[in-house]
Amino acid sequence: MPGITNLSRREFIACTGAATALVLGAHLVTRSVHAEAGEIESTAPNVFVRIDRDGTVTLTCSRSEMGQGVRTGMPMIIADELEADWERVTIWQAPGDAEKYDPAGIDGQNTDGSRSTRHSFGAMRELGASARDVLERAAAMHWSVDRSEVFARNHRLHLKGTKESLDFGDVVHIAADLDAQTDTTKLALKDPADWKYIGKDMPVVDNFAMSTGGANYGADINLPNLKIAVMARCPVYRGRVKSYDATEALKVPGVEHVIEIPAPDIDQAIEFRALGGIAVVGTNTWSVMQGRDKLSIEWDRGPFASHDSAEYDDTLRASARKGGRTVRSRGDVDAAFENADRVVESDYFVPYFAHTTMEPPAAVVDATSHPVRVWAATQAPMETRQYVAEALGVDRSDVHCEVTLLGGGFGRKSKCDFSYEAALISKQVNAPVRIQWTREDDIQNGFYHAVSAQYLKAGLDLEGRVVAWQQHAAWPSFFSLWNPVLLDPSELEMGLGLVDIPYNSIPNIRIQTGEAEAMIRIGWYRSVNNIQHAFAMNSFVAELAAAAKRDFLDMMLELIGDDDVMDVAKDDVEGFWNYGDSVEDWPIMPKRLANTLRVVAAKSGYGKADLPDGQAIGLACHRSFHSYVATAVRAKVDAGGKLHVPRVDVAIDCGRYVNPEGIRKQLEGATVFAHSVARHGKITVQNGAVQQSNFHDYALSRMSDAPLDVRVHLIEDFKHLRPCGVGEPGVPPYSPALANAIYMITGKRLKSLPLKIS
Amino acid sequence: MISLRINGASQEYSGDPNMPILWYVRDELGLSGTKFGCGKALCGACTVHLNGQAVRSCVTPVVAAEGGEITTIEGLDAEGMHPVQSAWRQHNVPQCGYCQSGQIMQAAALLSANANPTDAEIIESMKGNICRCGTYQRILAAIKTAAGGG
Repeated sequence: MPGITNLSRREFIACTGAATALVLGAHLVTRSVHAEAGEIESTAPNVFVRIDRDGTVTLTCSRSEMGQGVRTGMPMIIADELEADWERVTIWQAPGDAEKYDPAGIDGQNTDGSRSTRHSFGAMRELGASARDVLERAAAMHWSVDRSEVFARNHRLHLKGTKESLDFGDVVHIAADLDAQTDTTKLALKDPADWKYIGKDMPVVDNFAMSTGGANYGADINLPNLKIAVMARCPVYRGRVKSYDATEALKVPGVEHVIEIPAPDIDQAIEFRALGGIAVVGTNTWSVMQGRDKLSIEWDRGPFASHDSAEYDDTLRASARKGGRTVRSRGDVDAAFENADRVVESDYFVPYFAHTTMEPPAAVVDATSHPVRVWAATQAPMETRQYVAEALGVDRSDVHCEVTLLGGGFGRKSKCDFSYEAALISKQVNAPVRIQWTREDDIQNGFYHAVSAQYLKAGLDLEGRVVAWQQHAAWPSFFSLWNPVLLDPSELEMGLGLVDIPYNSIPNIRIQTGEAEAMIRIGWYRSVNNIQHAFAMNSFVAELAAAAKRDFLDMMLELIGDDDVMDVAKDDVEGFWNYGDSVEDWPIMPKRLANTLRVVAAKSGYGKADLPDGQAIGLACHRSFHSYVATAVRAKVDAGGKLHVPRVDVAIDCGRYVNPEGIRKQLEGATVFAHSVARHGKITVQNGAVQQSNFHDYALSRMSDAPLDVRVHLIEDFKHLRPCGVGEPGVPPYSPALANAIYMITGKRLKSLPLKIS
Repeated sequence: MISLRINGASQEYSGDPNMPILWYVRDELGLSGTKFGCGKALCGACTVHLNGQAVRSCVTPVVAAEGGEITTIEGLDAEGMHPVQSAWRQHNVPQCGYCQSGQIMQAAALLSANANPTDAEIIESMKGNICRCGTYQRILAAIKTAAGGG
């Protein structure tokens, strides 16, 4: 997860090119074991590029594919600079090996924080250019000419001024003896005008496998003598087994073992460790699921059995009202309220959400092999190695982790508790084990998006301008996984749309946080705290606009202003967490946010369209993961009071981009994901236990209610700037845009998610 | 002993007759294209065809297929070129891909029963299949293409 360690220094290294140089230094020559002595079958100028004698180029994808398109996007960058023919490129998924694939420690090979492309863009270009350089030098040797006489174009090497050319594969045997250029300043990168893949629409490389059942996820890994396991876990976080009876479970044909997996000591942080419980292990999934149903377990429900949403939520609301810790301060808010013509106050609330990836967590661990082998649907292969090593009492270097495709991630699969469980079970039964979570496990024993309460107060002057903005927020921190007594949110979480609130023209701003105890596993979830911050802020601006009898767009543009850069350090924000990046390279730029809002307003017909009765267009905008997104939701409430969303327009400014088709897909998907957040998602707890269990009571958007006309507008104005995140920024603006549309239709301001019209 | 056909091949099954077809094809036959999503017929990730009808294999016991014909995503078309599969690729539908086997099987069953469904008919048929990545817009477009209308 970003920010668990301080990334700033590492970022510096990455930006100087040293990181690439380390990777470029890993020059490999591979010779097929079946080849005749000395015959070179392929060459790997660096660990991301391999070229075979037949010209096949194999590019490494070192980050996890969970639907965001990284297996297409990152290789596109390398292929472009390499001058490879995409039709002759294959993708190889790297195992967890950060020493090789993330030598500068930029992200520990984790896939999260919408950062794979923005952090690797420069390095991927250099890796491709370096491999091209090796091939060009090899061709120059073949022709006995100076290197400057050779250039690569579409998988061939050309001799200038002649019609002579060679296929990449033709020079593999020469290239294998050449060292890669490790001084990145000496590499000739292509002029962006000459890019043939970067910036162009590219279909996903796994389309065929995914449309024919050939794509392999965590549960699809099979091994000889593989055992299948499911676990019964205490319904209450940190509860433990008091006693159990396995007699009936063991009578189920196919069930071979029923074993206890001990819970960590209560004074030990849970981190990504197994929760503990009873594992049922056998020959097939159906048998062990049936066996689990027949277990008789008495639980010690532990310290969080008193966790009850009704009471907890009220405590959280009170904490938000109270605030207490000032985390951003500009001007004199109190004086401004004194002098204001009018003061408006409001409270907002967002509940727990469960990730509900379509693929419930699954992993295979073989603790009997050396090294220990893991196949996991994981966003964090290095942490998987680390925690599996801990589970087994071995060194991390003795654990190998292959990364399968992920059937959705959304942050759930950053947590490697399921691999930890499989490791403990595999060790006990002395066989390779696949852990299979059921949907009930996923919803009831997950890591939850932090429930949150917000209190907002603003002062308006006589002209209806906002002169003071006060915002308090309280939520349990996900760092409670490591520090259970934590009551204050982290700098990282405050950087997710709270202290970086972009209303730069407001002269007086005060942001405070309130305390909150974590009583369940809190975990980051697609877009993280940006969801509740964007919901509250954009909704509240609409409240202010209504109070001042002004147009939302007009007021929002006024609040954001058109400054190039907003510097929160000037507002006494300490330790500002800018998605792990420097504010010099990725500043907060209000003018870009205003631009996206103007674009989406124009594209959607906001303020112009002559809409039928019962319809309205609601707007919202938010910066997250360095990208600027504005959403226009056209909502309709029919005569029966039912909500429909006939159209959504989304404008995104994500700086330099790689695959526009991938971006459109991410924003279409983020809109549907956000529709679940806005309309369905709600996890509640009673007596310590999650009350929902499957899709009948934890609903998700379906084709019958999801937006089916999402129009994405990719903004080019700031394309010369660095790449920014794409996977997550589409989610936050949707809920408030929908709430604003509902208000325009019904006159009712909805302040809690999910939005309930009646 | 239960006799049935899976993707055109005869199979004899002697295990628990109540084992859902999902776990039979995945664990016993190694056909992993059919996915587990909910176990309660709530999400459609496990959709297969039983005698040409789309069924949720997570709640359909093997015994229900006795003497019948099951088709999984692996058997929809030997070359993976069923019109629905081709349309899926043309529209670049999948994101994570996990639910797509079930979506495709549901769509293929719809089109075999109704060659030219309206949008409302498509939505009615597909609303039991959840896609957490949110690819519905492209699924709708792909089904219309496969039907020859888009």
